Amino acid sequence: MSAADTMPRRRAGFFRRVFAMVVKELLQLRRDRVTLATMVSIPLLQLVLFGYAINTTPRFLPTAVLMQESSDVGRSIIAALQATRYFKVTRILHSKEEFDRVLATGEALFAVEIPAGFERALRRGEMPALLIAADATDPVATGSALGALDKLVATALMHSRAIPEATTPAFEIRQHRRYNPAGVTQLNIVPGLLGTILTMTMLIFTALSVTRETERGTMESLLALPISPLEIMLGKILPYILIGAFQACLILTAGVLLFDVPIIGSLRLLALLTTLFIATNLAIGYTFSTIAQNQLQAVQMTMMFFLPNILMSGFMFPFSGMPRWAQWIGECLPLTHFVRIVRAVILKGATFTDLKVEAAALAGLMLVAMTIAVTRFRRTLD
Amino acid sequence: MTAPAIAIEVEGLTKSFDGRQVVRNLSMTVKRGTIYGFLGPNGSGKTTTIRMLCGLLTPDSGRGTCLGYDIRTEADKIKLHVGYMTQRFSLYQDLSVRENLEFIARLYGIPNARGAAERMIGRLGLEGRGEQLAGSLSGGWKQRLALGACTLPEPQLLLLDEPTAGVDPKARREFWAQIHTLAAEGLTVLVSTHYMDEAERCHEIAYIAYGDLLAHGTVDEVIAGSGLVTFTVSGRGDNGGLAQLGRALEAAPGVDMVAPFGTSLHVCGRDRAALEAAIAPYRSDASLAFEPAAPTLEDVFIDLMTRAKDNFQ
Repeated sequence: MSAADTMPRRRAGFFRRVFAMVVKELLQLRRDRVTLATMVSIPLLQLVLFGYAINTTPRFLPTAVLMQESSDVGRSIIAALQATRYFKVTRILHSKEEFDRVLATGEALFAVEIPAGFERALRRGEMPALLIAADATDPVATGSALGALDKLVATALMHSRAIPEATTPAFEIRQHRRYNPAGVTQLNIVPGLLGTILTMTMLIFTALSVTRETERGTMESLLALPISPLEIMLGKILPYILIGAFQACLILTAGVLLFDVPIIGSLRLLALLTTLFIATNLAIGYTFSTIAQNQLQAVQMTMMFFLPNILMSGFMFPFSGMPRWAQWIGECLPLTHFVRIVRAVILKGATFTDLKVEAAALAGLMLVAMTIAVTRFRRTLD
Repeated sequence: MTAPAIAIEVEGLTKSFDGRQVVRNLSMTVKRGTIYGFLGPNGSGKTTTIRMLCGLLTPDSGRGTCLGYDIRTEADKIKLHVGYMTQRFSLYQDLSVRENLEFIARLYGIPNARGAAERMIGRLGLEGRGEQLAGSLSGGWKQRLALGACTLPEPQLLLLDEPTAGVDPKARREFWAQIHTLAAEGLTVLVSTHYMDEAERCHEIAYIAYGDLLAHGTVDEVIAGSGLVTFTVSGRGDNGGLAQLGRALEAAPGVDMVAPFGTSLHVCGRDRAALEAAIAPYRSDASLAFEPAAPTLEDVFIDLMTRAKDNFQ
């Protein structure tokens, strides 16, 4: 018997065992370069990104103007509107139909109508009314701008010599909050939640699918079988479309039953575009899966993609409040387009023609993700 | 397509990972219907070679065909006719035996996938276990299932990467019986292994170490080609004495290798005269019996490996 055998073996103490485990974990973490890199870059990147992008009192909101008469008074009111810095005239309208359409498609958040005979009525002191219709689906986005309108009446005509100074306001602003007149938050949030919840669940389903095969060792025999990357991708995406559709039904039913969300638009259109949105997210998740080396990295990528989807899509904070560069990023996120789609269909009763741009954007994002995934997918173990 | 007489023909295959050559200038020919044993130590490049043969890895240089298809450009066609059994169990552990087999049958477009899977379950002797999850099978059954999955699409060539690692002797014997049955039906089998007894069950063998193919041919050809001279020493004394003798002989010039085999020693050398000179002082010892013997396959391989390592370093 050697000396080592005769020495009494004891279990190491509590702290030594914890210490051993800590050392092992740190060593493993050090080998995972990607995780280390994301640990530093994600918080910094996202802090800067969202810190500068998010603005809860948005200014320069897209406003369309319908001038039923061409008058100096009308022009000075528009100038005063712009001077509040809440409104930015992006479009001049020519008909009542256009007036309704820009709001329905979300092209403009506000539409202003200066009626015919406005100036004349003003001169006669008849207190004519100016119509400002707001897309109130997102009360946060339009609230502060509508609040600024009160001051507008007082200041708009201050420098207009054509109008005699009056002690009472010379005209009235008739506000029309469309789609969500009472400003109920749920009406805006619940449709948005449909997109947010689907984004989260769909991304993670497919994000793990390829890395799981690699980690479990099944990828090697899968690659040796006669199946192409496109076939593998479609096979992995299609079943989750059903699951996504089921989830969407669940959320919508709950939204109607619990929060009294009215579904004004066509259910069939909503189903069609929701399916497209589900497929887009599944394709993006699958793309992450072909890039990540293990499941942990796939989850991290998903989170990194999920956060801007929530914060920069217009779901949580007004899209029009973000600076231009942030809006461009937002346009690349599927949730941005889906939030517009779902609010438009559910609250505004929009039709496919109103939404074809958003639908095309979703389809485009899906095709880009699928192309990247199929080309990224390694057919060999090289 | 009429089947050519050659199943695998490769020339000058080379593959590096991170600047390290794993397979170097490898050439080999495997005739149809033979069981070709692929031997070599761990990390010698066996798995890499097999993966290059079925298109899972692209060789850095070299050319070759597998079942008449180019291994560089026609991997898709190769996959249709080759069954590849990976070293690590790579069927879906969370699918049942039947579901795994059905999946493969469907991928190969076998009509009535369910029926094909059921028939294979019967052939494998897995009746009653069809609904069991593949992950819950024992090592021997997993290996049997993996072989069944490879042979289900009726391939012309089987590539088996250490199929019997960690499998008990009885299961190994049954496994080999099945391999011979398949070969008799005309299937070509390339099988890598560590086990010498398995090498002896192959029609032809190739020995690969550190990326180089060192020897190939039938077992007898490889042994004869080694030029090794071997003596067995059995001791009538206690084993401690034999171990001491082993250490002394190992240091002696002319002795290339000493290996204990139970109660005897194998003493090998490439030069007969030098080896005899080395053992001469001990031959007079009445308690030891020296007998000339044929080198075993293991002797040959260890010798090849030692020499290859010397060249490698």
